[in-house]
This record gives sequence, C-alpha cells and structure tokens, in this order.
Amino acid sequence: MNPEKAPIIQMQNIAKHFGRVIALAGVSVDVYPGECHCLLGDNGAGKSTFIKTMSGVHKPTKGQILFDGKEMHFADPRDAIAAGIATVHQHLAMIPLMSVSRNFFMGNEPVKQIGPMKFFDHDYANQVTMEEMRKMGINLRGPDQAVGTLSGGERQTVAIARAVHFGAKVLILDEPTSALGVRQTANVLATIDKVRKQGVAVVFITHNVRHALAVGDRFTVLNRGQTLGTSQRGQITPDELQDMMAGGQELVALEDSLGGTV
Amino acid sequence: MTNATQPAANADERIKEISRFRKALIRPELGGIVGTVAVFTFFLLFAFDSGMFNSQGIMNWSQISAQFMIIAVGACLLMIAGEFDLSVGSMIGFAGMLIAIFSVTLGWPVWMAIIVTFAIAVSIGALNGFIVVRTGLPSFIVTLAFLFILRGFAIYLPQTIERKTIIGGVGEAAEGDWLAAVFGGKIFTGFFQWMGDAGIIAVFERGTRKGQPVVDGLPMLIVWAILLVIVGHIILTKTRFGNWIYAAGGDAEAARNSGVPVDKVKILMFMFTAFCATVFATCQVMEFGGAGSDRGLLKEFEAIIAVVIGGALLTGGYGSVIGAALGALIFGVVQQGLFFAGVESSLFRVFLGVILLGAVILNTYIRRIITGER
Repeated sequence: MNPEKAPIIQMQNIAKHFGRVIALAGVSVDVYPGECHCLLGDNGAGKSTFIKTMSGVHKPTKGQILFDGKEMHFADPRDAIAAGIATVHQHLAMIPLMSVSRNFFMGNEPVKQIGPMKFFDHDYANQVTMEEMRKMGINLRGPDQAVGTLSGGERQTVAIARAVHFGAKVLILDEPTSALGVRQTANVLATIDKVRKQGVAVVFITHNVRHALAVGDRFTVLNRGQTLGTSQRGQITPDELQDMMAGGQELVALEDSLGGTV
Repeated sequence: MTNATQPAANADERIKEISRFRKALIRPELGGIVGTVAVFTFFLLFAFDSGMFNSQGIMNWSQISAQFMIIAVGACLLMIAGEFDLSVGSMIGFAGMLIAIFSVTLGWPVWMAIIVTFAIAVSIGALNGFIVVRTGLPSFIVTLAFLFILRGFAIYLPQTIERKTIIGGVGEAAEGDWLAAVFGGKIFTGFFQWMGDAGIIAVFERGTRKGQPVVDGLPMLIVWAILLVIVGHIILTKTRFGNWIYAAGGDAEAARNSGVPVDKVKILMFMFTAFCATVFATCQVMEFGGAGSDRGLLKEFEAIIAVVIGGALLTGGYGSVIGAALGALIFGVVQQGLFFAGVESSLFRVFLGVILLGAVILNTYIRRIITGER
C-alpha cells in the first residue's frame, strides 16, 4: 500500500437495513490502489451485504460511496462494472463447456470487420488468452481447451485475469479460496499478489485468517454488521484476528477446551 | 509460502496427455460424420442398383434431407441456446395454411401472402421466447402449449372458411410470382440440361418432354437448406452473437454476469426457429400447390433428433450446425434408402429410436470428457 495515493474507493458509514433486520450498521472502509484489503468475518457478519453494496447490487440505506473521490450512486451492477469495480464470484463465473478463450472474452468479444460483416476475431482472442494465462502461471494445452477441464483454482484465476484485462480498478473476490485445496488456494493467492502489483485494488473476502494473512496488506473485521476497525499488516496477530471475527470470549473458551486448534 | 506460490512451470504431471483420438472425439460433429459414412456405406453396398444413386434417386433423398436440414438448423441453434421448440411441426402446418388462405381464399398476391405469413410466424416465435424468458418456465411446456394451439388453428381455420382441411390452388395463384419462385422454383436448369445432353444424367426417352433431363434443376428447397446451414454455422462459430448463443445455453446466470443479453439471444433463437419452420412450410406449399392441416406432424421431434445425432447436448451450450445438417442427411438417406431397398417403411421408426438412444448416450460420454467430470 502506498499511503501517498488517494483511496480508489471509500465506503463511508454504510448502513443497510432489510426490513427490520440491520445487516450493516455504519461500516467505513477505504481501499487504496495496489493494496489487498482483506474483509474478514464469520458467517452472517455482513460481508456479503457489504460487498454487494460496493458492487451495486444493493443500495445503501445510509452512507456514501466515493469512487476516485467522487460520490457514486450505482443503480445496478452494470454501473459499478462500467466504473471499474469487478466482482469475481466463487461460482457463476465460467461456463465449463466453453473454451477458455471463449469464456475469457464472453460479453466482450473482439470483432474484426470483413466487408459488411463483423466476425469474432478468434486469432486475437486466442493470442490474448494464452498470453494472459501464461502471465498468471497457467499453461493451457491450447486456447480451445474447455474451462471444464481446469481446476477450481485455475477457474478463479481465469476469472481474475479476465476482470483485470478488461480494466477493473477494484477487484472484489468473494471467498475465492473457500472451496479449494491447499495447492489451488496457493495459486489463487499468488494471482492476487500479481494483480495487486499491477496497481489494482483487491478486496479479498474470506473467513480464513491464514489465507488473509498470506496476502493481505490491511485487514478489516466485520462482526454483527459493524466494523471492529482496520489494522495494518504486521500490527496484528492471527489470534487477534480470529478473536475479533468470533467476537472474542466464546472462541477463547472453546479454543482452550480444544487445545488451541481452532 | 514461496514454494507454494510458484506457478507450475511445466505441464501438470497429473493431467494425461490427451490422445488424438480423444481430441477428435470431442468434436460435436463426430457422431454425424461417422453416421453419415456408415449410412452411405450400407446403402452403397445393399441398394446400389435400386436406383437410389441415379439422378432421380439422389434428388429424392436430397430433397427429404434438405427438408430435415431446414428445421434442424433452427432447432440446433435454439437447443445450443438452452431451449426447445416443440411447436415446429404445428408451425409448419399453421404457416402453410395461412399462405393458402391468404392467397387462395382471400386472393392476395402470393408474395404478400408469404411475407405476411413470415411476419405472423416469427411474431409467434417471439411470443414463445418472451413467455419462456419472462416466466422462467421450461420451454418444453410453453412450446407444447403452442404445439396444440397452432395445430388447432391449422385445422379450425380451413374447416370454418372452406369446410375442408386441405386448400389447393396455390400453384395457379403462384404462377409468375417472384417470391413464390424463391421457394418453389429450380435453378441451374441449363446445367442439368447440359448434363442430360452429355449423358451424365437420365433424360426422358419419349413423350412431350423427350430429350429433357428427368431431374431438370436444383430445387430452391435444397438451396435454402444449404444457405441456412452455412449462415447458421458462420453465426454460431464465427461471430460474437454465436458466442452469446453458447453462453446463454451453457450457463445463463454466468453469461448474464458477464454482460451477455441472455433473454434477447433466446427470444431471437425462438424467432429463428419459427422462421425456419416457415421456410419449410412455404417450400412445401409451393411444391404441392396447396396446404393441408396435418402438414409437419411430428417434425419437431425429427428436428430435435437430427440435432442430437449431430452432437448437440439436450442441456444446451454445446453443439454444431454442421453436425445437425449431417444428422438431417442421415435421416433423409435412411428414410428413402429403406424404401429403395424394399424394406418395410415402418422400420424407419425403429431405426430412429435406436439411433437417437445411441447418440444421446455417446453425447453424455463426450460431455464428461469435455468437462472432466467423472
């Protein structure tokens, strides 16, 4: 994180109510370009609601969203995507039956004009796909390889590479590692690191403290719709993070009874 | 962490090198190509001297195959987009009947009857699609409803207006009509005459047409079939819209997340299917010079079977127009071939059922290879 830079996105005092349920009760988070900002919290803490507000799915009941210093009102996810906020979902990102190259350019197909007709520029698409995949450390058999043959981690990586290629300034990763094995998780974390170095702001949602500490620059913990503050890398220990997520006392008691393995 | 974050530098040792055979296997057209070769080999061996492979014989099964192809192209693109249309057969009967009523009963010029019929049919296709994407109901049910609705009208309209279920006289009305010729005419007549003169194809030995070739031109029906196959194939594989068709059928939600206008794609495919059915109907009306209420019966299933033989998955997202065209060719050749070989024609249905089952099982196997499922 570079403190001289201005934050790319500022979520100020965001509150979101669903009927009588208060999902978010005034959460403030700043995200800077080139940082990996980890958003931690247990199930039901409000992580999903928070990132859905950021990506334009929900409108905040109260609070402001500043993007590049200007206040934004996203009507729907399309607005957020156009502004440069991309979300990579754990599922629903790739189509297994289609080739990597077709998936990569889905919705953004390059075209070349031949006479009056516009055709899908497969050569360009294949070339870019292979190049982007190589950058991310995935060796494809060919651009026509079906996404279904890729592992879960590789699919996440393709989705991330795609979002970055199409100009995402803020990349929201919704639990990208929760369904992955150890090695695949490592690959996704390595991808996050690469993307961050390109100057993209990464918002990494997880409830795994170890995954967060592996790549995170700053950590914000949500608990019951409130933030318990943001801490810098190196200023917080895994145990402290874990305690904050669980709301403190109960987990300490539980951890003692389990011999410190949680 | 340093070790683990190293990207795998070389090919993953856990993935077996894919064999050439398996690579060929995951081409959707494979089933169609193998089937076509098998069918032609069979009939060349067992029915060669039955007249199946002289000019009339070839024209005979080519026309039947072309009929199947026209509706298979529409069904294929729609199935890849993840939907079915069971109203194709009824649409054929209904559209043919509209042309006959407009041109004969109402006395409109035939070109106007054809254009208005196309407009009505494509609108009904759009309605089908609109109901499917709006309600989220399976297209199976929505188009099943239209199967009955359209067939009902195809019987009701001529019954009420003319007190019969067949309306003839379109042939006379279409005499000299420019648009009717686009569906009912023949091209390359000079070339066929030349082939007749050169002794390549059979000519009439006597009578008023002595010296003229028995097959005197390429029917527009076949031209339409080839045209639709080429256009369909190019749209599917070479355009961005084609990518959207695959995406809409592969996973509509993921496609939407990527900004693909899924609903628009699906509605357009329903319209295209209706368009193909109307092309079929118009060619048939021009050929027979009239329309019948029972035209196109069961055609929806034959179209779907041709598409499945061609390698498309019933669940959408995967398939090939060329494959569907080969499926249609297999159909036409077998249906007419059994006739030429003197086999009882009811066996054709047995063949259909068997080949359908075989194709579906093969496709499921291929799907597992592509997606790496076990």
